[in-house]
Amino acid sequence: MSRKPYLREVPKFRWFFRHPRYLRYMAREVTCIFIGAYTVLVLVGIMRVAEGPAAYAAFLQALQTPASIAFHVLVLGFSAYHSITWFNLTPRALPIQIGERFVPDGVIAGAHYAAWLVLTLAVLILAGAF
Amino acid sequence: MSERQVELEVLRYNPETDSEPRFQRYSVSCREEWVVLDALNHVKETVDPTLSYRWSCHMAVCGSCGMMINGEPKLACKSFLRDHPGVIRVEPLAHFPIERDLVTVIDDFMAKLARVKPYLIPKQAKSVEEGEYLQTPAELKRYKQYTLCINCMLCYAACPEYGLIPKFIGPAAISMAHRYNQDSRDGGRAARQEEIAAGEGVWDCSFTGACSEVCPEHVDPASALQQVKIKSTVDWYKEHLMPWLKK
Amino acid sequence: MLRLSGRGGAGLRAAIALAESSPGLRIALISKVYPMRSHTCAAEGGAAGVIKSDDSLEHHFNDTVGGGDWLCDQDAVDYLVQQAPRELIQLEHWGCPWSREPNGSVAVRPFGGMKKQRTWFAADKSGFHILHTLFQTSLQFPSIQRFDEYYATDLLVDDGRCQGLTAIEMRSGQMRHFHARAVIVAGGGAGRMFPFTTNGAIKTGDGMALAYRAGVPLKDMEFVQYHPTGLPSTGTLLTEACRGEGGVLLNKNGRRFLQDYGMGPETPLGKPVFKTMELGPRDRVSQAFWHEQKKGNTVPTQWGEAMLLDMRHLGEKTINERLPLVRDVSISYMGVDPVTDAVPVRPVVHYMMGGIHTDIRAATPLAGLFAAGECACVSINGANRLGSNSLTELLVFGRRAAMSAVGYLECGRGAGNDGALGALADAAQARIRALIQRSGGKESVAGLRKEMMQTMEQHAGIYRTGEGLAEACGKLADLRRRYAAIELHDRTNVYNTDLLQALELGSMLDCAEAVAVSALARKESRGAHQRLDFPERDDKNFLRHSLAAFNPSAPPRVDYRDVVITKSQPGVRDYSGGHQ
Repeated sequence: MSRKPYLREVPKFRWFFRHPRYLRYMAREVTCIFIGAYTVLVLVGIMRVAEGPAAYAAFLQALQTPASIAFHVLVLGFSAYHSITWFNLTPRALPIQIGERFVPDGVIAGAHYAAWLVLTLAVLILAGAF
Repeated sequence: MSERQVELEVLRYNPETDSEPRFQRYSVSCREEWVVLDALNHVKETVDPTLSYRWSCHMAVCGSCGMMINGEPKLACKSFLRDHPGVIRVEPLAHFPIERDLVTVIDDFMAKLARVKPYLIPKQAKSVEEGEYLQTPAELKRYKQYTLCINCMLCYAACPEYGLIPKFIGPAAISMAHRYNQDSRDGGRAARQEEIAAGEGVWDCSFTGACSEVCPEHVDPASALQQVKIKSTVDWYKEHLMPWLKK
Repeated sequence: MLRLSGRGGAGLRAAIALAESSPGLRIALISKVYPMRSHTCAAEGGAAGVIKSDDSLEHHFNDTVGGGDWLCDQDAVDYLVQQAPRELIQLEHWGCPWSREPNGSVAVRPFGGMKKQRTWFAADKSGFHILHTLFQTSLQFPSIQRFDEYYATDLLVDDGRCQGLTAIEMRSGQMRHFHARAVIVAGGGAGRMFPFTTNGAIKTGDGMALAYRAGVPLKDMEFVQYHPTGLPSTGTLLTEACRGEGGVLLNKNGRRFLQDYGMGPETPLGKPVFKTMELGPRDRVSQAFWHEQKKGNTVPTQWGEAMLLDMRHLGEKTINERLPLVRDVSISYMGVDPVTDAVPVRPVVHYMMGGIHTDIRAATPLAGLFAAGECACVSINGANRLGSNSLTELLVFGRRAAMSAVGYLECGRGAGNDGALGALADAAQARIRALIQRSGGKESVAGLRKEMMQTMEQHAGIYRTGEGLAEACGKLADLRRRYAAIELHDRTNVYNTDLLQALELGSMLDCAEAVAVSALARKESRGAHQRLDFPERDDKNFLRHSLAAFNPSAPPRVDYRDVVITKSQPGVRDYSGGHQ
């Protein structure tokens, strides 16, 4: 038997350095860690509320430190990146066909952005920002 | 008619004489409007008849000549020399075992394609004498895009998941299952779900989207896979939270 | 056990018919390429079958017989047109994505030489969809065992019947013997013997040569179809549907010159009229181009003279919906967008009307051997095939070959002589071994192939002369002789494409010689065979099929056989529009 197929191994780690599109993908995925971290922070805040006014006041105090502000800026940036890349993918996952035509990608992604804006405004109104 | 000296760096591997693949450089005079396949044919005819690769139609429908061209999965018959000004590096499709030179072993793909039952399982049986099934242009449009797959396997070479998890059924095969699921004449979705909604199916896909970026026929397999995921999720909720809906 | 060699549309159709009708049968599908690589995938325009109420089987019959310049066997054409709708509906039931009318019924389009709209289509990738539908459908039958990338080298003929074949497994280089009670050869044509062709690299006449060398004559090989509209740069096909949808052909003065060649008067732009002007048959349109070129009316391009295919008036929407591949390949390989510019095109070798001699049952004169597809000649195409009849033919006669083979198996010839078959297989193997190991030869595959292509282009093109053909015959005989002195550079086993190309060249040389010798012997002009020295059709002497019989060391002997005429007597082929 003269056959001897040769399989070029894919590096198990660092594979995403092989191509820019893999790096872009990893960037999209890695940003979710920060969203997760922020979720944990919110949970901690809720726990503090449950522990009483003093604990909550201390928590709010801690949020005002420069480190905390820097963290929030970072999280805001990354979660915006995550959301935007995700919204731009939604037309692919949720194609909508009307008759013989598919709704243009921009409309589907745009609907997500619009919902994002409305929800953000609603939260801000509830929080008394205006 | 302008000619250009083209430098090709081709990955060579002959299992009978080589222990591992190596690059071989060819310098050939090519016409500017040629595609990489023309350059390879020119090498084979005039420089090195031992170079092996697959090709046939030269019009991007037979799907034979998928290769890595400067690191990108491409059809050699549709990769123009004018788009590659420098040295052109040609390798066999990534993620597939190399049989010889640019020829890969594609048994795995062939088996996976067969696994997903890529044929019409009629919703309602009909004899030929009763004529065709009616299908409106809108119903045709619903799946038409996914029929355009030429089985060139560029998507498998681009898919990082397939590289890491060889058991993954992969973009083209799952898209083909989705094509039949979307067909108004078909009633075989349940049978296909057993393959594509399982562990080696869509859930191995992390939506890198590379498959759709490299697809020469704009099939958009990534879209097909996400749609299968969403529908499978809906199935799961219906089954577990609304069992009374089950027939 | 039954073997199919070649796996384009016809082979797959036959395999499915066998698996459905005789589930107990073990079917081996042997092909030098994976099924989805077969050249059926490159067919664009569609498949003809009567389906609309204003059409009739009789119209389809008359169009086909007249289109074939009365060289078609009319009983076979009758069978074709009767079975066509059934086969096309069958494909629809298997999932073929035919284009549709708004009410959901299948849509049909006009095609050259057809009196009515009857060409079923799936945009402009009809062959592609037919092939993939058949391939995918075949996957549900466990009795069909595929042998992908096996190159068939020899038929095993013993006791006066075909009992199997030998094939090289490309991936290992090993010779495999397939014993079988019946073999169906379902291969393609041999367009690659010409330098400028729409045919893919795999179309090297292997199926034809396989049967030819086993003693089955090749019928009507002199009839080689030029498709009028190929891209001058690569020979890539632009389907006849471009004209079916309303595209027009212009010379360098912008004149729709077909009106000057018996295909006028001019029809309104964008409103094609059946069987005239741009919807004339392929032979006439290609011949008109030849005359325009002689007159200096063609458009020079860097790839030679061309005419212009103008589709601009169809508009972007129609082009995108109905001719997306045409637009794509025009932009890719010519840099011309048909939406905004007329595309330069020229006639290009496309199809072989001739092939393995079979009867209406797709049976060859060799017991146990059947043939279907482009490699076979039933004949329903006569001297000129009408566009969209070939996809139909491979379905109808692919199935027919399967039915005939089953019938043959039921007649139950006993088991073969294993010793004799083994010896034949060993001889085949020894021949291949010798080819691989031969050293000191002076000839190369690429060198001989180039000379063959030049010879065919020069002497066996759209118009031929006795003098030129005689020269071609001499040259091809010489090339066949020199082929024996070929030396390979690659002596290894695994996926040896140097060996593959050498074997393919051998097939092409045999087929090319059959073309040239048959063409020289046919001293008349009919359909795609046009002799400048015999410009008229000669029904008295040549309303007959030519049959070229193989001779290993000499040119083939050409015999003749009467055409089957049932109801349509030879008449005038009128594409003037006056017939409407």
